Amino acid sequence: MNNQSEKELLVEVKNLCKCFRQGKSELKAVDDVSFAIRRGETFGLVGESGCGKTTCGRTILKLYNATSGQVLYKGKDVTRPMSGEELLAFKRSAQVIFQDPYSSLDPRMTITEIIGEGMDVHFKYSNAEKQRKVSELLAKVGLTEDYANRFAHELSGGQRQRIGIARALAVEPEFIVCDEPISALDVSIQAQIVNLLIQLQQDSNLTYLFISHDLSMVKHISDRVGVMYLGSLVEVATSKAIFARHLHPYTRALLSAIPTADPEFEASRTRIKLEGEVPSPVNPPSGCKFRTRCPHATELCEQQQPQLVEANPEHFVACHHWQRLHESAQGVSEC
Amino acid sequence: MNEEISKDLFQIIGPEDSEAEKIARPRISYFKDAWRRFKENKIAIVALIVLAVLVFMVIFGPAISGYKFEEIDPSQRNEGPSARHWFGTDKLGRDLFARVWQGGRVSIIIGLVGALVSSFVGSIYGGISGYFGGRVDDIMMRIVEVLISVPYLIVVILLTVVLDSKSMFTLLLAMTITGWCGIARIVRGQVLQVKSQEFVMAAQALGVRPWKIILHHIIPNVLSVIIVAITFDVPGYIFGEAFLGFLGIGIQPPNTSWGVLASAAQSMYAFYPYQLFIPSLMIALTMLCFTLLGDGLRDALDPRLRK
Amino acid sequence: MDKILEVKDLRVSFHTYAGEVRAVRGVSFDLHRGETLAFVGESGCGKTVTAKSILRLLPSPPAEIKPQAQILYDGDDVLKMDRKRLQKFRGNEVSMIFQDPMTSLNPTMTCGQQIVEALVLHKKLNKQEAKEEAIRILRLVKMPDAEKRFSSYPHELSGGMRQRVMIAIALSCDPSILIADEPTTALDVTIQAQIIDLLQELKDKLNTAIILVTHDLGVVATLADRIQVMYAGQVMETGTSREIFYSPKHPYTWALLSSVPGLAEHSKQELYSLKGTPPDLIMPLKSCPFAARCEYCMPICKRQMPQVTGLTDTHQVACWLQHPYAPLVEPSYERGVSNE
Repeated sequence: MNNQSEKELLVEVKNLCKCFRQGKSELKAVDDVSFAIRRGETFGLVGESGCGKTTCGRTILKLYNATSGQVLYKGKDVTRPMSGEELLAFKRSAQVIFQDPYSSLDPRMTITEIIGEGMDVHFKYSNAEKQRKVSELLAKVGLTEDYANRFAHELSGGQRQRIGIARALAVEPEFIVCDEPISALDVSIQAQIVNLLIQLQQDSNLTYLFISHDLSMVKHISDRVGVMYLGSLVEVATSKAIFARHLHPYTRALLSAIPTADPEFEASRTRIKLEGEVPSPVNPPSGCKFRTRCPHATELCEQQQPQLVEANPEHFVACHHWQRLHESAQGVSEC
Repeated sequence: MNEEISKDLFQIIGPEDSEAEKIARPRISYFKDAWRRFKENKIAIVALIVLAVLVFMVIFGPAISGYKFEEIDPSQRNEGPSARHWFGTDKLGRDLFARVWQGGRVSIIIGLVGALVSSFVGSIYGGISGYFGGRVDDIMMRIVEVLISVPYLIVVILLTVVLDSKSMFTLLLAMTITGWCGIARIVRGQVLQVKSQEFVMAAQALGVRPWKIILHHIIPNVLSVIIVAITFDVPGYIFGEAFLGFLGIGIQPPNTSWGVLASAAQSMYAFYPYQLFIPSLMIALTMLCFTLLGDGLRDALDPRLRK
Repeated sequence: MDKILEVKDLRVSFHTYAGEVRAVRGVSFDLHRGETLAFVGESGCGKTVTAKSILRLLPSPPAEIKPQAQILYDGDDVLKMDRKRLQKFRGNEVSMIFQDPMTSLNPTMTCGQQIVEALVLHKKLNKQEAKEEAIRILRLVKMPDAEKRFSSYPHELSGGMRQRVMIAIALSCDPSILIADEPTTALDVTIQAQIIDLLQELKDKLNTAIILVTHDLGVVATLADRIQVMYAGQVMETGTSREIFYSPKHPYTWALLSSVPGLAEHSKQELYSLKGTPPDLIMPLKSCPFAARCEYCMPICKRQMPQVTGLTDTHQVACWLQHPYAPLVEPSYERGVSNE
C-alpha cells in the first residue's frame, strides 16, 4: 500500500459540533469530533443508533449547518458562508448515498429524471448526451438500459440503491458520504452493493466516508475506522488495528456483540454483555459518556471527559484507563 | 415428470445474466395506476356519472325546457309538475325546470370556482409555510389560526355591506377570504412530510435550487392531496352559497340559485312541496356526489393502498 | 422428541391486479417440542408468509391458502379450526413477536395493560392476579425496574425494552410455540446481543419451541437447532445447525454463507455475491427457481423441479447436483471465519 502520509488530505474535520434544539433542551448530536480522510481511502464511521454518525456525515456535506468547528475540504473551510459558485462546486465534488432505498428516490420521477437531475444542475448536456450518460451510468452500476424509463417502485431495494449510487456518480464527485447504504438490504444484496462501491472506488479514485452500524461490513470496506458513542469519537485507528488491537471498552463490547455465522464458536464463547440502555443524548452522563455502561468506570471517569490521545502511531483512543486495560488484556485472546 | 433423464442434461452451464434481472410486470406510472384503482370503485364512478349528467343539464337545461327562466306567466302560477312544466311553476308562473337549471349554474360555478381559488391560494400559502419552516412557518400558521376562528358568515355580511353589492363576485370573495385556511393547513402538513423524505435531501445535496425542488419534487408529491382537498371543498361552497341565498344575503333576482329557490319556496312549502323539494334535492345530490368522488379519488391516489 | 407442528404442502398465493403472486410454493416441515427451527432466506422468499400462515394472520383476500395444505398442531388442522378454537389457539398455544416493536405495540396502552390483556383473555385471571403475573413475566424478560415499567407507555421505552415487552406478551400464556419474525433486525448490535441471550435463556427455561424467521445468519448460528433455507417460496435445504453451517449442499446456501464478511477477512477483497435478484413470484416456475443465478446450473435445472434428496435423517436438499449423473462439485465459497 502507498505510504499513507503522502496522500493528500481531502477532508479534515476539526472540533465539529452540531446541536439541535428541542424546545428548551439541547441535543448535542455531534460533540467535538475530529478526524481526517485522505484521498482514495475509505473512512468507516461506526456506532449504534443515536451516536451521531449520520448527523456528522450530513453536517460535513452542509446538509445541516454546523454549530461550531471546521470542515476543511481540499484545504478550504466549508462551514463558513460560501458564494453560490463555490457552494455549487463543493456540492458537485462531495456527494451522498442514502440509507433508505424506498424514500431516497422520488416516486413521481422516472429513473432517467432521477439520475439526470444532478447533471442538469452542473453540466449543460443536450438531451441526447444526457440519455447516453444515463445509459453509461446504469451500465456502471450493473443495470440495463431498459431501466431508464421505469419508476422507482418497480425496482427492488438493491436495484434502487444502485440508482442512488448512479445519481451520486452522475455529477462526477470526488468524495461520497455513504450513509448506511446497505442497512436496509438483504445480506446477499449487501455484498453486491459493497463490491460495486469498492470497484467504483478503484476505477475513479473515489474517497468514501462509510457510515454504518454493521461492523463486519465496515471492516471489510474501510481503511480506517472511527467508533462513535453519543456524539463523540471514542477510538480511531486503521481497520486492522480496530479489530485486532482495540483499546476502548466500548469497541470491545461492540465487537463482542456481533453474532458470527459459526455455531460451534457461538456455543463456546462468552459474549461481553453491556448492561443497561444507551443514555439519552439530551441528557448525557457527566465526564465520560460511556461510564454508565462501562465495567471499568472509576471516579475519574465521572469527573473528566477523556480526550482522544494517540496511544500508538495512527491509533487514537479516548479513555482514561486504556493503558491499564490494554496491559491486563495482553496475552488473553478473547472477544 | 417421468421424462427420460439423460446424462447430457447434467453439464454445468452456469447462471444466465439476462434472466436474472428481468422485470416481469408492465410499466405503470403512478397516475395510471391510480386511475385503474379509481375505476374499480363503483360508487365513485356512479357519482362521477351523476355529476356529469348534472353539469350537462345545468348547461343545456334551460334551453331544453323551451321557457326563459325569468319569463313570468301569471296564468300558470304554482302549477305542480306536468307535461308542460316538468318541474312545475313557482308563484310568479315561471317554469321551474328552467329556473332550477339556471340556478344550478350559479351554485355549481360558485362551488367550483370557490374551491379552486381557495385551494390555489391555500396551497401556495401552505407550501411556503411548510417548505421554509421555522419562524416563517410559525408566523404564517398563527395568522391562519386567527382567520379560521372568524365566523365566515360575519365576514360575508360585512363585505356585502362594505362593498355594497351582492354580485357573484362579492359572494366568492367573501367566502374564499377565509376558506383557504383549511387547505393551507393540509398542504403544509403534506409538504412537511414530503420534505422529510430523503429524496428531497438528495436534491439539496445535488445543488438543486429551492424553487426547482418545490416545483419538481414537492408539488407533484403533494398534488394528490390537493386534488382530493378541492373535491371535498366543493360541497362546502355549494352549501355555503345555498345557505346565504336562503338567508337572502346571496344572489339577487332576477338571478337565482338553488338556495334562493329554496328560500322562495319555504313559506308555501306545505301547499307546494315540490317547489322546495326539487332545489333541495339538487343541492344534496351534488354535494353527495362530490363527496363520494373525493372519497374515491383519495383512495385511488393514496400510494399506501396500492396492492 | 415428538412433533408439535406438522406443515404439509403449504401453498399461499396473493391475488393482485397484476396477477397471482405465488408467495409460498409447496413448503413442508415439522417442528418438535422445545426445538428452535430457523427459516432463512432473502426478502420475498416466503418465510414470513409461511410463519404468518401458521396463525392464519394473512388477510383472506388477497391471500389464499390453497386447499390441499395442512397445518397440524398437535393433530388438529389449524386451517380447519373454527373461530372459537382459533381464538384459543392464537396467543395462547402459539404466539408471535414481530420485527418492529414500535409499530407492533399499541401506543395508547401501557405495556402492563397489553400483557394483562392477553392474560385476562386466555388464562382467565382477574385484574389483580393478572397484574402480578405480568410483573413476574417482565422480570423474567429482564426488564429493569419491572414494576415501574408496567405503567410505562411504549414510546417511553427504548427499542430493546419494547422488544422485551413484546416477548413478555408473547410468553405470558406459556405457548408451546413462539414465532419470532426478525426479532433483532431493528435493534442496535449491543441490544441485539442482549435479546439473543434472553431468547436463549428463555428457550432453556421454558422449553418453548421457536420458529425463528430471519436473514441474519449470525443470529441463526447462535439460536437455531435446525435450519430451513428458503428461496422463491420453496425450501432449498433443511438440516441441523451444524449440517447447514459446516456441510451445506445447496448452491444457494453456499452463496448465503459466503456473503457474510468474516471479521478476519482481508480488506477490500471482493465479497462473493450473487448476480441479479430473486425471480418475480408472479411467474409460475416449473423448474428450479434458483437456476438463473446458480453457478452450477445445468440444463436439467431449467427443465424440471429438482427432487428432494435425503442425506441423513435430518438433512435434506432439493438440488440436481445430488443426482448420480451430476458432476461432483466442491463448494467454492470461503466461509467467513470467526475472530482470530
